[in-house]
Amino acid sequence: MEEPLNLVLFSGTDDKLQAAAILTAGAAALGKPVNVFLQYWALDAFRADRIDTDHGLVAEAGEVGRQAVHALRAAGQASWAETLRQAKELGGIDIQACSLSMDLLQIEQTDLDPLVDGVEGVTAFYLNAGAGQVVFI
Amino acid sequence: MTLQITTQVDARGLSCPMPIVKTAQAIKTIASGDLIEVLATDAGSVKDFAAWSRTTGNDLVEQSVDGSVYRFVLRRK
Repeated sequence: MEEPLNLVLFSGTDDKLQAAAILTAGAAALGKPVNVFLQYWALDAFRADRIDTDHGLVAEAGEVGRQAVHALRAAGQASWAETLRQAKELGGIDIQACSLSMDLLQIEQTDLDPLVDGVEGVTAFYLNAGAGQVVFI
Repeated sequence: MTLQITTQVDARGLSCPMPIVKTAQAIKTIASGDLIEVLATDAGSVKDFAAWSRTTGNDLVEQSVDGSVYRFVLRRK
């Protein structure tokens, strides 16, 4: 079987999550398995009651970047959450929450959006990653 | 000879990677050997559809551009 692409999402801002969603969707469209591991602020962004709210941008975006991102969204760009939902329909995408981050944020799996398939530790993540690339965003 | 299109994907106005994602979804609904037509306005789609075709084995049998609209016809593997 093809080695999976393994994305560790740490940042919870919309721009980084959008970039991650694009990488995920592209790989899924090519039939490549993708494992997504949610840590810290990225996990926080996947809370069911917050996933579709504004998560801001990284500081380097600045005002010009903020306007550019909003213009793209206004033109109809799918949000990162919607991109992931569409990509998951293709199959081969597994999204897991980091158990330590769950403790840190004091959240339960029932607090998370249905996009999240489960909770696991870093050892399980590495086991599933196999010899595939690991990308940290 | 005119190609017999089985299904169409209107991805005009969608940004990368949604034209490919929509196409990957739609091609699963047609039979092997049938044709799918895609319309897109994302400028990256020319290289993306070529790469997707090569990787997945779904042949890109026709492509053209009309103004800002790119048209692709693919045959399901």
